[in-house]
Amino acid sequence: MSIIYFLIGCSILLALGFLCAFFWAQRKGQHNDLYTPSVRILLDDDTTSEAEK
Amino acid sequence: MLVNTTVKSTCYHCGQDCEETTYQFDDKEFCCVGCRGVYQVLSQSGLCNYYNYNEHPGANRARTDKRFEYLDEPKIISDLVDFTDGGITIVTFYIPYIHCSSCIWLLEQLHRLNPAIYYSRIDFLKKQVNIRFDNNKITLRQVVELLFDIGYEPLINLQDVVKKQSTEQKDNLVRKIAVAGFCFGNVMLLSFPEYLGLSGQEESFRQFFGWLNIVFALPVTFYSGTEYFTSAYHNLKNKVLNIDFPLALGIAVLFIRTVAEILTHTGPGFADTLCGLVFFLLVGKFVQRKTYYHISFERDYRSFFPVAVQVISEEGEKPLPLADLKVGQRIRIRNNEIIPADAILLKGNAMIDFSFVTGESAPVNKTLGEIIYAGGRQMGEALEMEIVKPVSQSYLTQLWNNEAFTRSQDNRMQTFNERVSKHFSIVLLIIAFGSLLFWLPFDWQRGLSAFTAVLIVACPCALALSTPFTMSAALSVFDRNFFYLKNTAVVEQLARIDTLVFDKTGTITSSNNKILTDCTTLTAAQRQLVQSVCINSGHPLSRQICAYLGVGAILPVSAYKEVPGKGIRAVVVEHLVAIGSSDFVVDGGYELSNTTKVHVVIDEVYQGYYSFNHQYREGLEDVAALSPKYKLYLLSGDQDHERNELLPYFNHSQNMLFRQSPQQKLDFIKELQSRGKKVSMLGDGLNDAGALKQSDLGIAITDNVNNFSPGSDAILDGRSLKSFPRFLKFAKDTVKVIHISFFISLTYNLIGLSFAVTGKLSPLTAAILMPLSTATIISFTSIATHVAAKKRKLL
Repeated sequence: MSIIYFLIGCSILLALGFLCAFFWAQRKGQHNDLYTPSVRILLDDDTTSEAEK
Repeated sequence: MLVNTTVKSTCYHCGQDCEETTYQFDDKEFCCVGCRGVYQVLSQSGLCNYYNYNEHPGANRARTDKRFEYLDEPKIISDLVDFTDGGITIVTFYIPYIHCSSCIWLLEQLHRLNPAIYYSRIDFLKKQVNIRFDNNKITLRQVVELLFDIGYEPLINLQDVVKKQSTEQKDNLVRKIAVAGFCFGNVMLLSFPEYLGLSGQEESFRQFFGWLNIVFALPVTFYSGTEYFTSAYHNLKNKVLNIDFPLALGIAVLFIRTVAEILTHTGPGFADTLCGLVFFLLVGKFVQRKTYYHISFERDYRSFFPVAVQVISEEGEKPLPLADLKVGQRIRIRNNEIIPADAILLKGNAMIDFSFVTGESAPVNKTLGEIIYAGGRQMGEALEMEIVKPVSQSYLTQLWNNEAFTRSQDNRMQTFNERVSKHFSIVLLIIAFGSLLFWLPFDWQRGLSAFTAVLIVACPCALALSTPFTMSAALSVFDRNFFYLKNTAVVEQLARIDTLVFDKTGTITSSNNKILTDCTTLTAAQRQLVQSVCINSGHPLSRQICAYLGVGAILPVSAYKEVPGKGIRAVVVEHLVAIGSSDFVVDGGYELSNTTKVHVVIDEVYQGYYSFNHQYREGLEDVAALSPKYKLYLLSGDQDHERNELLPYFNHSQNMLFRQSPQQKLDFIKELQSRGKKVSMLGDGLNDAGALKQSDLGIAITDNVNNFSPGSDAILDGRSLKSFPRFLKFAKDTVKVIHISFFISLTYNLIGLSFAVTGKLSPLTAAILMPLSTATIISFTSIATHVAAKKRKLL
C-alpha cells in the first residue's frame, strides 16, 4: 500500500501546477477584462469586403 | 427606385433625424458636417465595416470645435501618460461613448488610421482604451485629435490627472481565495480516510495525512487568514469588538489545536474545518466587493472642470494648467467652455449655462463687470475675464474645504453586524471560560478541550457571511432598477433613513423637458412667421417652440437681432416679429409671474404667449406618499416661483426652503442630524455636493449615469424615481433577512455548543456543522432576498 505515498505526492504536485497556472494568469491580467474578448471574437478582421462598400 | 421625399431621413452616422439640411457623401445622408466628417475619415482609411456591425453606431457630432492645445504642455502630458520612454508612450483614456461592438472594432483599428499607433486595446466595461504609440512620429495631442475625428472624444479631466493609476485595490484577495480553496480541497481529501475509519495496519498513513494537513493549514492560516488577525488586533487596540475578533480567535484556536493533536497523536485535528472556514469567509468578502467600473461615486468639481484654460498675457495666449492659475490673470473662455474660477467679465456677451451647478439649463445673461461664479458654461461667443479668486477658493469650490469632505466615513451608522458582534464576542468568551472553569477541577485536559471546542464551534462564520451575501443580492436587484449603490453597507443605511431632503431643479424636475403651454392666438400663417424666427436661435426655449410648431416651410428672415436673455426681433416677409420677455416685446411691459413666459408680438399686435412649466419627474406623487413615515423637505437654490405647485407634495410651506446657497444646504442637513434624524439627501448639481456629503446617505439623481454627477453614496437614474419608495421598503426587507439569518446561524452555534461544552467535540461534527450552516445561510439569504424583491415588484 506504500504506493499511496507516491500517488498522493503526484496528485499534490499536479494540483500545485494548476495553482501556479492560475497565479500566472492572474498576474498577466487575464482576468482583468472578462467581457471584451467575448465581443472581439465575433468581429471579422477581413479587409476584402471594404472594396464594394 | 422611388423615394418618398416626405419621409424624414436619418443620419447614416449617428441615426438622428436630419433637420432642415442634409449633408450628402457617397449617397449617404448626414445630419451635420461633423457626422459627415467622421464618415469621410473612416471611408478614406477603408474602415466602413464600422457601419456593418451595428446600425448608426456613431455619436452625433454637431459640435466640431476641437481644443486640445493644452495637450502640448509637457507637464500635462507627463500627468496623463502611463508610461513613456524615448520612443514609446502608453496612455489610457476614458471614452464615455464606447457602447457597442462597432466601437470595439473601430478603436482597435487605430493603427490603420495612423501607423505611428502600434496598438490599441479596449476594456469595454470600464470604457477605457489603452493606446501604445511612437511619440517621435505622433504627439499625444494628435492621438487625441484622431480619436476626436472618428467620433470618440476621450474625457480628460483634472480628476483623472490627479488620480494617477494606483486606485485599484491590491490586497490579493483572489490569490488568497485560490490558496485557501486549493488547501481546502486537498485537506478534505486527506481527512476522509480518518472519518471513514483506518484499520490498524494503515496506522502509518494516519501520521502521514496528519503531517500533510499541518502543511496545508500553514498557508491558510498565515497567508489567507492574516487580515483577520491584523484587523482584530487593530480593533482591540481601538477598544472595539467587531466580528473579526471571534473569527481570528476561531482560526487561531483551530490551528493550535490541530497542530497539538497531530503532534501528540491524540487526534486528527480540525484542519478541514480551518481551511473551509477561511475559504468561505474570503468568498464572502469577495462577493461583497462589487464595483461599477463605469460609474464614479467620488467625483468632485475637478472631474468636470477643464484641465487647462487659455491665459492671455503680453506674450500672447497660452494654455495653463488650472492649478497654476493665479488671481489677476486674464483668461479666455470660448463657446462651450467652463469657467474654472470666480472671475469678472471684461469682454464679450455672456450667456452662462449653470446646469452643472444648479440643474437649471436655461442660460443666464451676465453684464460686463459682473462677477461670474465658477462652474458655468459659456454658450456663445468667446469671453475675456479676469480671475478674482483662485480655483480652490471660489464660491462653489470652497465647499470642498468643508470638514464634511475631509472627515472619514467611519462615523456613519453602525451596521447590524457591528452592533451584534460586540455582544456576541462577550457571550462567547463567557461560555468558553465558563466551561473551562467547570471542567478544570476534575480534568484539566477535558477543560482545555471544551474551551477550545467552544471557540471553534461558535466561530461566527455563518453570521459573517449573511451580510455580504444578502447585500450583494440586494445590490444586484437595485442595479437592475437603475439604482447604483457605492457598496453593500449603503443598503443598511437606506433602511434606516427617516428624513428625505430633495433638491428641486434637476432632481424632482427633469432637467431639460419643460411643458410648453400654448396661450397664443396665432393663425397658421403667423405660426410660420414665429417658426422662421425661432429656427435662427440657439436658445433652448426657441428650439422648444420650433419643435412644438413642427416642420413648416421656412421663410426668409431679415433684420434679425437677438438680445441675449431678452428676446428676438426680426422681419419676416414684411412682418415685424418680436418674441421674448414681456419688457422686451412691449415697451414698459412688466410682469410678476411664477412661470417662464415667451411673448409674441407681430406687427405691434400682442398675440399671446407660450408658457413653460417645469415638468416634475414621473413618480413624484409616490415619493410624496411616503410623507407620514418619512419627513420630506425641499431645499432649492432657486427663487420660490413654484412654491404653490410644490406645496401638495411637501405638505407644509415650512418644509420648503428656497434661495439656499450650497453652504446653507449643508448646514441644514447638519442641523437635521443634530436633532437625531437620519437624513438622506437627493440632489443632482454641484451645489448639492456639500449636502450630499454631509447627509447620512447622499443620492445623486441623473438622467444618464455616465454623465457628470456629484460625489455620493448612490446614483439613481431619473427614470427610477417612481420606484424609490419601493427601494426603501426593499432595503428594510433585506435588513430583516439579515436578522433572520442571524438567528439561523445562532441555532447552529447552539447545537455546536451543546457538543462543545461537554469537551467531546469530534472533528467530524465540526466538519459537518460548519459547511452545513454556511450552505444554509447562503441559500436562505439569496432565496429570501429574491422573494422580497419579487414582493416589491423589483424583479
